[in-house]
Amino acid sequence: MRNIFVIAKRELGSYFSSPVAYVFLVIFLLLTGFFTFTAGQFFERGEASLGAFFGWHPWLYLVLVPAAGMRLWAEERRGGTLELLMTMPITPWQAILGKFFASWVFIGIALALTFPVVLTANVLGSPDNGMIFAGYLGSLFLAGAYLAVTCMTSAMTRNQVVAFILSVVACLFLILAGFNPVTDLMVRWASPAFIDTVAAFSVVTHFDGFQKGVIDSRDLAYFVSVIGFSLFATSLALRNR
Amino acid sequence: MRPRKSIDPMIKIENLVKTFGAKRAVDGISFNVERGEVVGFLGPNGSGKSTTMRMITGYYAPDGGKVSVGGRDVAESPLETKRLIGYLPENAAAYTDMTVRGFLEFAAELRGLSGGAKRRAVARSVEMCFLSSVLHQSIDTLSKGYKHRTCLAQALIHDPEVLILDEPTDGLDPNQKHEVRNLIKELGRTKAVVFSTHILEEVDASCTRAIIIDRGRIVAQGTPDELGRPLDEVFRRLTIPDTGIAVPDTVKS
Repeated sequence: MRNIFVIAKRELGSYFSSPVAYVFLVIFLLLTGFFTFTAGQFFERGEASLGAFFGWHPWLYLVLVPAAGMRLWAEERRGGTLELLMTMPITPWQAILGKFFASWVFIGIALALTFPVVLTANVLGSPDNGMIFAGYLGSLFLAGAYLAVTCMTSAMTRNQVVAFILSVVACLFLILAGFNPVTDLMVRWASPAFIDTVAAFSVVTHFDGFQKGVIDSRDLAYFVSVIGFSLFATSLALRNR
Repeated sequence: MRPRKSIDPMIKIENLVKTFGAKRAVDGISFNVERGEVVGFLGPNGSGKSTTMRMITGYYAPDGGKVSVGGRDVAESPLETKRLIGYLPENAAAYTDMTVRGFLEFAAELRGLSGGAKRRAVARSVEMCFLSSVLHQSIDTLSKGYKHRTCLAQALIHDPEVLILDEPTDGLDPNQKHEVRNLIKELGRTKAVVFSTHILEEVDASCTRAIIIDRGRIVAQGTPDELGRPLDEVFRRLTIPDTGIAVPDTVKS
């Protein structure tokens, strides 16, 4: 436990000791603002909810989360510090979890900084704050799932660009499997049961519930298992030294 | 000094094998290192020095054979053996975005030190490696020599019983080389030290024993005197140049 904390502390520190953190935070906040108020027509909707805000998250995270996570392991491989880390008296799992939690906390900080959106909705109307809380929780798990996938691709290569592209593609698949325009296409040739099965693999399907204010244990189980599976795959990728 | 249960040597290597694809990087190496010994690991580039060291430190899993450190199998008790070892990897890798102090504190924390013990450990290895002038500098602004010594300080932070140093004098100027050699010699009085080099004078300067390896096999070992003089001639006679020309007759026989 202590080792996980030591690793996470260093990793989080390295976000903020480089421009990565600040560039990421600014871009993230600019884009959430743009998507919510301009593209999402927050004001024109005339309802006190954050639907315009959360609805974009699967797409926004698609690019931003891999960008925040691509260096996690690729950088260790490239700089040779992987050797240092793996010869310390810690288990690989402590390193994997420490790094994962550090980057998850970092995304969490970015997400927390979107609080003005909540304030705006509360000033202009009386939104269901329980629903907003569920939305944030779902958004955090969504980011965690993408981040775990990025950990996995980052562990496979020493090249951050390769890690980035692979994780964007993997996360895109996680979106498209349940994205309506795609499932509508499949209706012509696939049975509804098959479409439902494919859609069950999608983050969109499971994020929907949270947006509606429902914290369903099945949705939580989905995100936790995507994270668990990806981190397990990370541990396998790290055996290749 | 903590008593050990067994009378095993500090480092015991038996018939170690590691292959990468079709290449046998390490091909049946066996040797022991006792406490109080400094073993110089000599060999041409690509002869398997780093690969062997990476198997001692548990970074690579061997394809055959066994490594024990402090009487315990590295594959069976990785954490216990890693605690005994201080390791300077090749090219002295370090987190370049950290300061020297931050990096050493990180290493100390991973070694289970905290509070006063951590502060003392950092102060001790900073002093040993002459780092006090760059303590608050970020590692990517350091010269190669300082970067190297920062990584060496990391290896010494927990006062380990076993030291594995992969080319500890690489990239240092003559004065720094001299200091590091003396440091190794000094540390070798109480610890088991293995260091690799391809600078032959270093063997004379700090080793109690030298092992020459070529193409993954031990071709000679003994004290520098036993190996014969001059050392560079012995070295050339025993190893095959990677240019592939002028293969010495003595090797074929």
